Amino acid sequence: MYRYDQFDARLVSERVAQFRGQVERRLSGALTEDEFKPLRLQNGVYLQLHAYMLRIAIPYGQLSPRQLRRLAEIARDYDRGFGHFTTRQNIQFNWVALQDIPEVLEKLAEVEMHAIQTSGNCIRNTTTDHFAGAAQDEVVDPRAWCEIIRQWSTFHPEFAFLPRKFKIAVTAAEHDRAAIRVHDVGLHIRQQDGVTGFEVHVGGGQGRTPHIAALVNPFVPETQILDYLEAIMRVYNRYGRRDNKYKARIKILVSELGEAEYIRQVEEEFAAQRASEKIDLPAAEVARIHAYFAPPALATKAASSKQLDAAKAADPAFARWTRANLHPHKVAGYASVTVSLKPIGVAPGDATDTQMELVADLAEKYGYGDIRVSHAQNLILPHVALDDLPEVYKALDAAGLGAANESRITDMIVCPGLDYCNLANARSIPVALAVQKVFADPAYEEDIGKLHINVSGCINACGHHHVGHIGILGVDKKGEEFYQILLGGRADEKAALGEIVGPGLKAEDVPAAIHRVVEFYRTQRTSPSEKFIDTLERLGHQTFQEALYAAG
Amino acid sequence: MPLVKGGEEIANDWIFAADGTVLPESAQISVSLARFLALKKGQENGPLPVGVRLGPADDPAELEPYLPELRLIEIDFPRYTDGRGFSQAQLLRRRYGYSGEIRAVGHVLRDQIFYMHRSGFDAYETRRAGLSEVLEALAEFSEVYQPAADGPAAVFRKRHGA
Repeated sequence: MYRYDQFDARLVSERVAQFRGQVERRLSGALTEDEFKPLRLQNGVYLQLHAYMLRIAIPYGQLSPRQLRRLAEIARDYDRGFGHFTTRQNIQFNWVALQDIPEVLEKLAEVEMHAIQTSGNCIRNTTTDHFAGAAQDEVVDPRAWCEIIRQWSTFHPEFAFLPRKFKIAVTAAEHDRAAIRVHDVGLHIRQQDGVTGFEVHVGGGQGRTPHIAALVNPFVPETQILDYLEAIMRVYNRYGRRDNKYKARIKILVSELGEAEYIRQVEEEFAAQRASEKIDLPAAEVARIHAYFAPPALATKAASSKQLDAAKAADPAFARWTRANLHPHKVAGYASVTVSLKPIGVAPGDATDTQMELVADLAEKYGYGDIRVSHAQNLILPHVALDDLPEVYKALDAAGLGAANESRITDMIVCPGLDYCNLANARSIPVALAVQKVFADPAYEEDIGKLHINVSGCINACGHHHVGHIGILGVDKKGEEFYQILLGGRADEKAALGEIVGPGLKAEDVPAAIHRVVEFYRTQRTSPSEKFIDTLERLGHQTFQEALYAAG
Repeated sequence: MPLVKGGEEIANDWIFAADGTVLPESAQISVSLARFLALKKGQENGPLPVGVRLGPADDPAELEPYLPELRLIEIDFPRYTDGRGFSQAQLLRRRYGYSGEIRAVGHVLRDQIFYMHRSGFDAYETRRAGLSEVLEALAEFSEVYQPAADGPAAVFRKRHGA
């Protein structure tokens, strides 16, 4: 993975010093809260319902064991013993005191971490495929370009006070696991005649007005991609709406201008760049950064494993876990393991300090020191030998991390909701846990197969309800929580927005309604291999909607 | 209002003549972009100022033909969260080659000044930061990750011998 050199280290420590000064000036009254707000936000500090929240960047979702152990230590010493992994591949701590934050940032800097630009109206953490570097279906490892984009966007002087936040996601695989079409900018790395380049999508997003991104350029060569991004950012910075924060995201600019006119403006700005304005990244720097992401030296293994087969035969629960939580690796004899942070009954995405330490230990012992955070709020060990899977599972299961549910119905994406967030209208964690309970029987869940349920506690859509196969959106009606159900969303390469199917349901009616929809699917599918989303697309929403509301 | 330029606090001997007011007989007048263009085109009569004040929505490209005669461009920040002025400064410096003074006016805070300097500003009019604070802000970071309108080489170049 990437390692800081003297320049990176100096910038991060100077940032800690700067923020320490800003906190002091706030506490002395030299800065008003209004003036302090954008500054603290650009260091990941939110004011939530109960306390300040600190969001720490995990660039493109990659962690070393040492970094994960440091996060565990921060959870223990400054929070209540747990952290919350987010859909942006970051981690949040919900109970950190403001005066402790400079110290926490110092501890992070010691392990090459920071909270820079994790919130505020600036370019946020660049996210990517959580199987990057391991997946069979990628054309190149996207992480090097994510790191290049991280450096380019860090402290960018022109784009620190944008109309609104700005999120970039990158994939290099045909199957999009990074949800690039619902990001402000989505980049798909492709190769054309031996040249690496980027298919550029702009203006996707969720929130109260969801949009699927427009394809703005089918191929920008890698030597020009940063210049192209500068053109996109400048057009947005100059012409994005600033009169209404709900219309300030780039998706509104693209839709108000129309795709053709928006593309014309970006191309015009790009063409107007003078030679002296070009970033002109030296090839040696691109090569230097790529070298950090060289594949690990995996020991040669046979394509199948006797230990694995024997353990599967002996333990049906382990066998089920291997059917759900493994992703094919590009090297024979290995797999990428999903460590589910969605056990039944636990707030999705939460991990305790000791769980983080266990995953760090396992990564060191069995996983070539590599850990990822997925946008579905799970942890990944991308390189594990098939021979070692029984040991890895045994340790995970003993720590409550053995749920066999990756991309299954209980592997929900869920925002913190009204239990933590001061934007929320409704609680999301309790309703998610109630739905989970209905599907808690592992054999039943396995029979249902791949099905994404995403839950948000308000229209800001942090729980990605627009792109769940089934979305659940919490709303407030005269002081009572109601839940609207959406059907047919997806975040992958066939990205689509779910549609609200009818009137909202009371919290206590949601689990049974979802159960009816799932049962309807099971009676209608052509075979157990036809996924929920495919049956839904084949039959249309109407009959599913009838099942949802068929009370009693 | 205190004005910091070139590492020191200096007197501000420029006058901004708002639209519709009489143009004073002074060599150091700035006017809005709209008024400047009206004077240029003869739609308004009066002495031609050598200073222009840009609002956030103004397009600096309209000034390009006149840049050699201008000595001051003020970029106004009505609210400091409105970042359009950073793009205006970058365009003036890097695309149109303007080398006169670019002055930040309006809601200018200490914590924007590092980015302003990088974007091409060289003067800061602010009540909210004294000379020492402006100088501290300018020195807050010793490296930069990307080229901009200021001088230093980005780290991606320094790493390879620049």
